[in-house]
Amino acid sequence: MADLTKKHEPLIRLSKNDDLAPWKAWCIRLGAVAVSILLCAGIVVLLTDINPIEFFKEMIDGSFGSTRKFFKMLQEVAILLCISLAVTPAFKMKFWNTGAEGQVLVGALATAACMKYLCNSISGLPLFLVMFICSVLAGMVWGIVPAFFKAHFKTNETLFTLMMNYIAIQLVAFMIAVWVPSGSQVVGVINRETKIGWLPDLFGQKYIINVIIVLVITLVIYIYLRYSKHGYEISVVGESENTARYIGINVKKVILRTMAVSGAICGIAGFLLVAGTDHSISTETAGGDGFTAIMVSWLAKFNPFVMMVTSFIISFLRIGAGEIASSFNLNESVAEILTGIIIFFIIGSEFFINYKVNFRTKQAKEHTEVKQIEESKEGTK
Amino acid sequence: MANIVPAIELKGISKHFGSVMANKNVDLTVNKGEILAILGENGSGKTTLMNMISGIYYPDEGQIFIDGKEVTIRSPKDAFDYKIGMIHQHFKLIDVFTAAENIVLGIEEKGRYDIKKATAEIQKTCDKFGFVIDLNKKIYEMSVSEKQTVEIIKVLYRGADILILDEPTAVLTPQEITKLFAVLKNMREHGKSIVIITHKLNEVLEVSDRVSVLRKGEYIGTINTAEADANSLTQMMVGKKVTLNIDRTEPENSVDRLKVEGINCRNREGQFVLHDISFTAKSGEILGIAGISGSGQRELLEAIAGLQKLDSGDIFYMDPETGKTEDLRNKTPMQIRQLGVRLSFVPEDRLGMGLVGNMDIIDNMMLRSYRKGHSAFLERKEPKNLAERIIKDLEVITPDAHTPVRRLSGGNVQKVLVGREIASSPTVLMVAYPVRGLDINSSYTIYNLLNEQKKSGVSIIFVGEDLDVLIELCDRIMVISSGGISGIVDARTTTKEELGILMTTSGGEKNG
Repeated sequence: MADLTKKHEPLIRLSKNDDLAPWKAWCIRLGAVAVSILLCAGIVVLLTDINPIEFFKEMIDGSFGSTRKFFKMLQEVAILLCISLAVTPAFKMKFWNTGAEGQVLVGALATAACMKYLCNSISGLPLFLVMFICSVLAGMVWGIVPAFFKAHFKTNETLFTLMMNYIAIQLVAFMIAVWVPSGSQVVGVINRETKIGWLPDLFGQKYIINVIIVLVITLVIYIYLRYSKHGYEISVVGESENTARYIGINVKKVILRTMAVSGAICGIAGFLLVAGTDHSISTETAGGDGFTAIMVSWLAKFNPFVMMVTSFIISFLRIGAGEIASSFNLNESVAEILTGIIIFFIIGSEFFINYKVNFRTKQAKEHTEVKQIEESKEGTK
Repeated sequence: MANIVPAIELKGISKHFGSVMANKNVDLTVNKGEILAILGENGSGKTTLMNMISGIYYPDEGQIFIDGKEVTIRSPKDAFDYKIGMIHQHFKLIDVFTAAENIVLGIEEKGRYDIKKATAEIQKTCDKFGFVIDLNKKIYEMSVSEKQTVEIIKVLYRGADILILDEPTAVLTPQEITKLFAVLKNMREHGKSIVIITHKLNEVLEVSDRVSVLRKGEYIGTINTAEADANSLTQMMVGKKVTLNIDRTEPENSVDRLKVEGINCRNREGQFVLHDISFTAKSGEILGIAGISGSGQRELLEAIAGLQKLDSGDIFYMDPETGKTEDLRNKTPMQIRQLGVRLSFVPEDRLGMGLVGNMDIIDNMMLRSYRKGHSAFLERKEPKNLAERIIKDLEVITPDAHTPVRRLSGGNVQKVLVGREIASSPTVLMVAYPVRGLDINSSYTIYNLLNEQKKSGVSIIFVGEDLDVLIELCDRIMVISSGGISGIVDARTTTKEELGILMTTSGGEKNG
């Protein structure tokens, strides 16, 4: 029994933390962001001889340095928000749509194709309508295919949607090869001279239309999820399929319909990216936002209005990291490392929101120490 | 029992989960060579307390003494080192392993693993305590009672001197319970200390030497079983005097309401889960369904509710308003409602099927009614009124109607569910284990609600597990066993023993 008495309270214990006040949770999240930025600054300052104050100045300058930068930031937030809104209905249904990237890409491809092939026959509002509808339909198809297999054959939607991304990327690569016979793999700006199919500037600024459209979508999604019968069905299916069956909801139909909505909004994001922002297309058009959006939606607990905040925070940090990398002539990868650190901290902070860490209490420690001393005394006797 | 020596002593044990105090400053003593019953209502902290002794949880405060020495138990492994073994309510066995393999699992021994030698050793333990079991049988081939025996042998084989059994009788038939109690008494003769966690008074009185009562996480007291009776124990458990009788009236103007004719239903493996079931449920009566859990109760209710596909057979509903007879066979829940059949169903899995845990009470009210009207948007006013009415009438304890139902206690969750199902003024009301996990007061609230419905002419189908309650509450009791009916008896004249025998005789023909 001698070895048994040596056992003492574990140093660290975790316990569930159910009822954390929301403001405390946000303090933890913001604290994590602050710590991550400090760590980034530390790394950059340590590796180069940049002044820490310069570091933070550049970070803020990235988004607020000039009117152009500000609007560029707004459009990044808008696109990220749009994709986040798109994945939200699916997530509320516990359908883990990791295929937003591909759904955005096919939407973008549809828009680009319309701009390329229809610029000689129609223009103006009719062309925008055709572009919009084609993007929505393309995104929808990309959403419905995995939903169909999930609903009827219970396939794993995470893998399925992820694989659909690669199909979309290859499809875009293929179309680029068709459009650019030289093989340079860059489409270049579509309709550079005529600007046909370009969303017009508003109030002398680019991207305003993007922002307005996304704001409207935010409102619509909020109402759809919270006040419509469809939204209610999505919640029930997401919380418990058994309950849904019990009250007679057609689960298959809800899965298909919701993924159609999710894909359609991704399609809109693709439309905005090509018609409003890039006026071009590449396999990098979605730029990983399809994955970042998952985090934006998740952090906001699927609330569209909170997503406006979370998408801003993420974009701001990301742009800041990029700005630092470029203005101090650091390698491109530095921006990615910095963004990685920040995102790691944000996701990691959720652990401290869900769990409480209990350290061994002092009393218990003293107690065991005394015991150990007593034991060693006994041993010497 | 001449010299009483404490085996375990707990002093000032507290444990909380979030803001919930599961145990508050509990003192408890288990003596050597005794059977101690830990009695308390659901949620009174019995299992949490025992989990701290067996190393599943770690106490926030307090001390544990074993044989007079203070100890720290950090894991089940530590508990085994102190010769403490716990048999959990949900068995922790691996289905595809044999009994012997499960028993030796996790024991660290030097040298080559020799199952034959181990089996012989285990057999010695079995012989010593008088267990009869085939150690080479796979777990998935075993009955619940056999699995429990394996769990008991497992802890004995590891040399446990203190055995803790969590609600050991919950899944057993009356005959199996008698057998288990004989085993427990035999182990006591061998000097083992036994703790059984339970909320059933008659078992406490039958088997234990002393009773310790917990209420809402607090230790109330310990008395010798010889000096206790059902009333005094209930009073300790609940904290006030309660009258424990169910008022059963004679069925009035009983007419056939639901006729089930020869239904068969198979699971994915092609085995019959329902075999040739025929019965009639009448208006104004409570038809009880008894049986070992998993005998087809769930499938039967789900088949009637339109959630289970049938191979053959018919389910006829006699509409009291139109006088028409509708066939409900293989209709979806939606189609059944569209036929005007007012069928309410309180399923066994309340938060996983009957309600949505993360939604508030109002949104849960809406589950049945949200489709009303042609608007694409929800109408929350009526559900809100209904929620408030149920909270008031059934005395649901909740901060307000906007509280997610998962935050309510088991009894209040059930009141919300039953309240909603009754609100649609059903003609047939099916309830599955409606008082499982409920405290005594809530249980009687539910029984009274069912009796009220019966008086107003509703046909009630009641699936229960407590045979005493079934006999007291129901008018007729149908016993099902492995998917078939083994008998329908008059509840006013039957006995527990009769039901116990029917529960284990095979109902209908086995599938060939």
